[in-house]
Amino acid sequence: MTENVPASPLFSQKHLLGIEGMSRADIEALLDMAEAAAPLSRQVNKKKDTLRGRTQINLFFEASTRTQASFELAGKRLGADVMNMSVANSSVKKGETLIDTAATLNAMRPDIIIVRHHQSGAVDLLARKVDCSVVNAGDGSHEHPTQALLDALTIRRRKGRVEGLTVAICGDVLHSRVARSNMILLSTLGARVRVVAPSTLLPSGVDNLGVEVFRDFRKGLEGADIVMMLRLQLERMSGAFVPSLREYARFHGLDEEKLKLAKPDALVMHPGPINRGVEIDSAVADGPRSLINEQVEMGVAVRMAVLESLSRHLPNN
Amino acid sequence: MTHAPIALVNARLIDPAAGTDARGGVFLEDGVIRDVGAHVTPSQAGSRTTVVDCGGDVVCPGLIDMRVFVGEPGAEYRETLASASAAAAAGGVTTIVAMPDTNPPIDDPAVLDFLMRRARDTAKVRVLASAALTKGLRGQEIAEYGLLSEAGAVAFTDGFHSIRNSQVMRRAMIYARDFDALVMPYAEDSDLAGAGVMNEGEFASRLGLGGIPREAEAIALDRDMRLVAIARGRYHAALVSTSMSLDIIARAKAAGLGVTCGASINNLTLNENDIGHYRTFFKLAPPLRGEADRRAMVEALASGLLDVVVSDHNPQDVDNKRLPFGEAENGAIGVETLLAAGLRLTHSGDVALPRLLAAMTIRPAEILRLPQGRLAKGAPADVIRFDPDEPFVVEAARLRSRSKNTPFEDARLQGRVKLTLVAGEIVHAYS
Repeated sequence: MTENVPASPLFSQKHLLGIEGMSRADIEALLDMAEAAAPLSRQVNKKKDTLRGRTQINLFFEASTRTQASFELAGKRLGADVMNMSVANSSVKKGETLIDTAATLNAMRPDIIIVRHHQSGAVDLLARKVDCSVVNAGDGSHEHPTQALLDALTIRRRKGRVEGLTVAICGDVLHSRVARSNMILLSTLGARVRVVAPSTLLPSGVDNLGVEVFRDFRKGLEGADIVMMLRLQLERMSGAFVPSLREYARFHGLDEEKLKLAKPDALVMHPGPINRGVEIDSAVADGPRSLINEQVEMGVAVRMAVLESLSRHLPNN
Repeated sequence: MTHAPIALVNARLIDPAAGTDARGGVFLEDGVIRDVGAHVTPSQAGSRTTVVDCGGDVVCPGLIDMRVFVGEPGAEYRETLASASAAAAAGGVTTIVAMPDTNPPIDDPAVLDFLMRRARDTAKVRVLASAALTKGLRGQEIAEYGLLSEAGAVAFTDGFHSIRNSQVMRRAMIYARDFDALVMPYAEDSDLAGAGVMNEGEFASRLGLGGIPREAEAIALDRDMRLVAIARGRYHAALVSTSMSLDIIARAKAAGLGVTCGASINNLTLNENDIGHYRTFFKLAPPLRGEADRRAMVEALASGLLDVVVSDHNPQDVDNKRLPFGEAENGAIGVETLLAAGLRLTHSGDVALPRLLAAMTIRPAEILRLPQGRLAKGAPADVIRFDPDEPFVVEAARLRSRSKNTPFEDARLQGRVKLTLVAGEIVHAYS
């Protein structure tokens, strides 16, 4: 991205808290910016100075590898000073409330805070207590907007479009913020979205969320252009929601044989980290139709685009 | 399997599935019913065919007993598949559904596979398996309905354990629906039943025994109906025993829910007074109720509200029964006396014979989605012949079950099973 391309005026929010409420134009402008940012990461000199002098805090109340690293690299490549706050070593462990933590950090005058929290709505709450921009890096089972954006970008780059594609989102839809953000975003872009899961892992009223619902994995895969697998949390595997790992793998795990039910050119995605042999077989995860690593690459580009577009609204100006 | 063809002629053919009750015969060959009707006569049979003149006895589909506890694996001293199936054959029961309360319980496809193989090798009648609704029958974690269905489970139940946790029950129902699996729970609020050992009421109070209120069944059943309304799956109440429960089932059926119910032959033919002076062979679950409830159950059978009658066959040895009433195990054997005990209701004029037989043949077949249970061309040749009027006295020592805990000891019953055929093969003949 060159200096003469301004941050899109179409995306004019102070925070990025969710996909819900974003217009198709906002989303496409962000994807265009990310598309333009992608080549930077493949250069020797990966640095820009859009955020030079700015302070970005990554505040992760939940463990994360790829999202936290991705936001850190995106901030650094844009020239920001990035600080990672690990909750394990913080005052949160001493019983500090979320709002007190927010006030404390706010007093240090950061420009952007990236937040992940295990409670739905916690990032929204924090955003109302600070003066800087806040990006939701995942809140509970609610939203994970940058994941949905990077998924859409990956699809668009490989398929040339999102509109008209049939996307099957498969697995633990009930607990998945990735599924919620993707259901909204991909529908907004004109994709036909399906959710495919055992009934125990579907949210109540899912039939009214504007998606097609399949409880039979095989039927849900038929004719899909994109098969997006979700991670099954280990603690949900033994009896509460599904009886066992082996039964889940047998009926809802993606292997090469079941993938044949999708379109011949169907592509496979997974937000990671994957449970090999549970929701996805290694042969598929590592196979030629897997976009898993490309998703990670696009993650950095999308987060750079988000940070750049927010830079127009940062405080301390 | 190549047996000589058999023609049962000169019979009173009752086929509840077709609603027929008429003179005629059935012709069985290669394990299936080849022909049925008034035109099946000795002159029509070929030279290879064994012809049996039934002398006007009833010929009907073999009975399907949806609730039989067998001792395998783990309690072979009480009952084996061989002894249970011999008792079944003698009682005209050609298909039994084994309960998962075994040791280990049938909550794993490998255990179910073991049971099916043992049944294939040692049982005279068809044995189908139900599997656990929750792992270890503990009511905590849902079992592998998908893998267990593939292994042959026809229904899911925790046997005589009820599911206390409503969240577990809800998840069990919606997960079962994904596999179109039949959920067949025993409905009882175990907290309300508490330490009760018989029906709550005056009689229990006189005996000084703890009572199990009728509401314990109704509350659990009512909860389950609300969950069925969410889950929209297939639900069969394994055992109901009160008019209160029947009202709940009637409302659920009227609301279009996929609900059916069964009852033990004991709750249809016995009442709490039969306990007499602490007779533990009458200690059952659900408990024998008062006469008003028994009457309501009989009426529900006659009207069709009650879908299925089962033996609730539960062999217990003397060590478990020759105890103070409060300490004795629940349960009675019954698969061998199921039909004869049921015929009490036809002889008393309360229930028409075809209706009684429907609750033991076609209704279980429909609920379990089985091809047997009907006298139709091409259906499995599971057929019985019985004389509904022949009297006999039940002698526990002569019953084929390994355990002798029958509540009908010395009872005068009418109805002798003379011939039982499974897949066209004679597995029991009374002479």
